[in-house]
Amino acid sequence: MDALIAQLQRQFRDYTISLYQQGFLDDQFTELKKLQDDGSPDFVAEVLTLFFEDCVKLISNMARALDKTTGAVDFSQVGASVHQLKGSSSSVGAKRVKALCVSFKEYCEAKNYEGCVRCLQQVDIEYKALKTKLQDMFNLEKQIIQAGGIVPQVDIN
Amino acid sequence: MALRDLSSSSSSPELHVLAVDDSFVDRKVLERLLKISACKVTTVESGTRALQYLGLDGDNGSSGLKDLKVNLIVTDYSMPGLTGYELLKKIKESSALREIPVVIMSSENIQPRIEQCMIEGAEEFLLKPVKLADVKRLKELIMRGGEAEEGKTKKLSPKRILQNDIDSSPSSSSSTSSSSSSHDVSSLDDDTPSSKRIKLESRG
Repeated sequence: MDALIAQLQRQFRDYTISLYQQGFLDDQFTELKKLQDDGSPDFVAEVLTLFFEDCVKLISNMARALDKTTGAVDFSQVGASVHQLKGSSSSVGAKRVKALCVSFKEYCEAKNYEGCVRCLQQVDIEYKALKTKLQDMFNLEKQIIQAGGIVPQVDIN
Repeated sequence: MALRDLSSSSSSPELHVLAVDDSFVDRKVLERLLKISACKVTTVESGTRALQYLGLDGDNGSSGLKDLKVNLIVTDYSMPGLTGYELLKKIKESSALREIPVVIMSSENIQPRIEQCMIEGAEEFLLKPVKLADVKRLKELIMRGGEAEEGKTKKLSPKRILQNDIDSSPSSSSSTSSSSSSHDVSSLDDDTPSSKRIKLESRG
């Protein structure tokens, strides 16, 4: 069993590091992990769940605001949702999503419709990609615990 | 741990923090940051709700919620409806609430905005995303209390964007002696520039 645990822990460590290296996560995610303990063992998962729900809601708001069939596009409305998404992605360490929001915001300010539509598509892809990655990471954690091991603290550089 | 007020006889009284943010994610993170730093936390999603909670909305019927005195208010700047800045102003304009330290958080590092908040009486201005170290530092700053400053003349030092240069000389002796009056305007030694007396009611 120990060999299995060790293997799972190694996988977990490598996977986590890769998420940082590939820019999915930044050190705000590390900060969130500091807030997790035996008293609140699922804190990170809970916050990320809220974040992904936020993504769905805000992206839907943006899509609606960018819908030309309902009239002229209100870029400030799009911008307001982008600002919110930028904020929550920043708070959870969702680095790529946040970076996209920065560009998205600029397109909103420039009232660049095509740019906004492109960003909207990218943001949708990006948050889903992150969600999948994190689900894999949480699954590894679960497997470690089920095998009787503890989830290692991963030191990012 | 049924604290009815902060005159609990334990070694360090717990701060009761009112956290105001329209983002659900940020509220959750902030709540955890504060709880882990041994604070009691109440979260609300808007400036209007904050005023209601504080009893400032003129509707005394809502005061059932308020059974714990608030020692610190941490608010986001950009919120729909009442902004953090407007909330700050309302609090500082209220004789009942003006002594409560208010901290503003923002994801945007806009100097004029920061100065505007500090001039209006904000205790600190935190850049988001807020980290555990920020909360710890903030808590130390608030717990240290210190001398009172002039109630309204907060135009003293717009450059109060103090991060780490807080003079840590102990001024607790003078603060306990003057903790009884609510509008003590004596500012003796100005060694702790950002000090604001907190009515912690921890009078032994």
